[in-house]
Amino acid sequence: MKSLRGYLDKIKPKFEKGGKFEKFHSTFEAFESFMFVPDTVTTKGTHIRDANDMKRTMTVVVLALVPALLFGMWNVGYQHFLSIGQESSLWQTFFTGFISVLPIIVVSYVVGLGIEFAFAQYRGHEVNEGFLVTGMLIPLVLPVDVPLWMVALATAFAVIIGKEVFGGTGMNIFNPALTARAFLFFAYPSYMSGNEVWTHGMMKGEGIIDSFTGATPLAEAAAGNINNLPSVSDMFFGFMPGSIGETSTLAILIGAAILLFTGVGSARIMISTVVGGLVMGLILNIFAVNPYMEVPAYQHLMLGGFAFGAVFMATDPVSAAQTANGKIIYGFLIGFLAILIRVLNPAYPEGMMLAILLMNVFAPLIDHYVIESNISKRLKRVKVQVKVQE
Amino acid sequence: MSQVIKIKKGLNINLLGEAEKIIKKADQAEYYAVKPTDFKGIRPKLVVKVGDKVKAGSPLFFDKLQPEILFVSPVSGEITAINRGERRVIQEVIIHSDEKIDYHEFKVSDPKTLTRDEIILILLESGMWPLLRQRPYSVIANPKDTPKSIFISAFDTAPLAPDMDFVVSDDTAMFQKGIDVLSKLTTGTIHLNLNADYPVAEAYNQAKGVLKNYFTGPHPTGNVGVQINKIDPINKGDIIWYTYPQEVIAIGRLFEKGIYDVTKTVAITGSEIIHPKYLKIINGASIKSLLKENVKSGNNRFISGNVLTGTKISNEGFISFYDNQITVIPEGKYFEFFGWALPGIQKYSASRTFLSWLMPGKKYTLDTNLHGGHRAFVMTNEYDKVFPMDIYPVHLIKAILAEDIELMEKLGIYEVDEEDFALCEFVCTSKIDVQSIIRKGLDLTRVEMS
Repeated sequence: MKSLRGYLDKIKPKFEKGGKFEKFHSTFEAFESFMFVPDTVTTKGTHIRDANDMKRTMTVVVLALVPALLFGMWNVGYQHFLSIGQESSLWQTFFTGFISVLPIIVVSYVVGLGIEFAFAQYRGHEVNEGFLVTGMLIPLVLPVDVPLWMVALATAFAVIIGKEVFGGTGMNIFNPALTARAFLFFAYPSYMSGNEVWTHGMMKGEGIIDSFTGATPLAEAAAGNINNLPSVSDMFFGFMPGSIGETSTLAILIGAAILLFTGVGSARIMISTVVGGLVMGLILNIFAVNPYMEVPAYQHLMLGGFAFGAVFMATDPVSAAQTANGKIIYGFLIGFLAILIRVLNPAYPEGMMLAILLMNVFAPLIDHYVIESNISKRLKRVKVQVKVQE
Repeated sequence: MSQVIKIKKGLNINLLGEAEKIIKKADQAEYYAVKPTDFKGIRPKLVVKVGDKVKAGSPLFFDKLQPEILFVSPVSGEITAINRGERRVIQEVIIHSDEKIDYHEFKVSDPKTLTRDEIILILLESGMWPLLRQRPYSVIANPKDTPKSIFISAFDTAPLAPDMDFVVSDDTAMFQKGIDVLSKLTTGTIHLNLNADYPVAEAYNQAKGVLKNYFTGPHPTGNVGVQINKIDPINKGDIIWYTYPQEVIAIGRLFEKGIYDVTKTVAITGSEIIHPKYLKIINGASIKSLLKENVKSGNNRFISGNVLTGTKISNEGFISFYDNQITVIPEGKYFEFFGWALPGIQKYSASRTFLSWLMPGKKYTLDTNLHGGHRAFVMTNEYDKVFPMDIYPVHLIKAILAEDIELMEKLGIYEVDEEDFALCEFVCTSKIDVQSIIRKGLDLTRVEMS
């Protein structure tokens, strides 16, 4: 540790202004502060600061994603062996998933961080930690057999168009991970909405048994095959085809518990999203004219990207509403619209993604009205006082 | 007992080094200073030069913008130095104290028989006036205004803050006299705000001519800004004056004895103090003599005030005009290997991102490390949890950064002060300098409105 610190101190001047590697200052700074929390002390304002910083916060989110990731890897293997009709051990299953998912994660991080570093250097900023989470979210919302070049393209699109053009982390309007997903969905619709892409090995089509379709529950439901929906326990535990990290409601709930307990995630958004989804689900149940509309409201919460979106996507603090009351409205509308889009527009089975992106756009408007009501309350106070004096 | 106002939002930071309930009379310090930088928004003009002899109560400088406001010497002696900082801004006027203090004599009179104008004149002439401050802007009160009410916060909830019930306990008569003076200054109410959780001092209990309000809750409940917000919120054009118990007592003494005697009890606190305790001092004293042989060795930060809002001073610096506390904590100039990734059982955080939540109630030694780098706003609702006013802190801050004065007004800039945002700054994940932004907003609006 000491020798590493000594080495860093020795090479540091080369990266400062006027040094040989001045152009890599941000990169050096990022690696240095990654390994060592800097020795900066407070100069004005409070003399002590909370130990929590952006790196820690982002680490907690990544930690909360781990259960969904591990289960996702296992499920990829499980679906694969199911599709070729073979038995496999737990480790074999997990390992198969692991080697199929790992490349997607690596590509996402390498491409995304590369662009982030380049932009930080160009702007003369420190490298922001936001991508640590985005880089993990992107693989988790993608199907396992997505080609790696698509992952790279989508990540680049998300980071540049979704985030950097607005000024970087903290300034973006859309959730970057969902921007990546939406990009793929609209740029390569035949890939993303087919049945084959969700199961590892199915694109090649070798050795797939006839009875296995690979269709996600939402695709089945949209096609009217309500009887093919998995059992409620399969939905909850996640034994079904789908995006890598989205299938297991249980794993996602563990993540939600971590986010809520540490105070990193917003309970308001999570709960109101679930309530919104349930309300729409119930409305559809009441006015049901087809089997899809009859799917019980609570089951919708466990299908597709709903749970994952509610816990990890809608709660993204930058693109969500920022006021406490705004968050409730924002979350409710996400849940409400997600189920509405999902059920009534079979062309977009993944209503959650669209609902969140849509509400990202409206979040500043919601905040605006919340703030306005605070302002008018303050103005009213003056008027009341004037009246009393009269 | 009147209604108790409960405040839920906030944060008590448990630090090591709370002062033991012992008051010692400190030896008279060799040097005293008056620091123009303690007074926000004034332009000091000196009336003394190095080598001049002064009495306790003799003017040292005045405010060019309001020349009737005088700033006087707390002790008698000789001016030994006038220290200037950047752009020759006066930082400190230092007085070498006589062994026996020679007081300038002011008129002794009963405040009840005096008119408002006579009282204001006595306060201005004697240099006591700066003890009265106003909201909005948290600057010295303007003698030409009449405030709609006067607030006295008689308890301090800041980390390691002195117990204000303890420090005034035997000054009942002087406190009442001070209140009598203040009652002539406003047509409205004098609010004496007390802590509902502990038995209050006799001086407060017996106070007459005040409205006693009781509060309970974590820091910043003791901040006068929070109390104003809950009892008598400031609208555009309103002016409220505020002061603190020891200041009221000093004013009482002026009318009783006719001298500028700013003796006060301060708490010597912080993890790096060997015996944290209370000391009776004269305002402006050099901390060198107050802290001698009572500080642990090492690289320490000396703070006049508390760890959230205090001023950094050197180990030979002087206590600031409005402070009742000196805090000494370790400096945090060190690198920490993978500090953000460690379990962090020893790390204090308002969130539960470190494992220190396993030990609630633990007292911490916190240093001055920033624990991270400056970032853009990312997390939301963080400030709301520690900010008990009906104001949207982040939106107000953004309005100030955009220098949009109209929006600042709408979002409640008149109701706040830097200190109300100190906890926001403490918890900020993005390490934003919230207090200096708020000060900038206050200065901007003040210039615009004058």
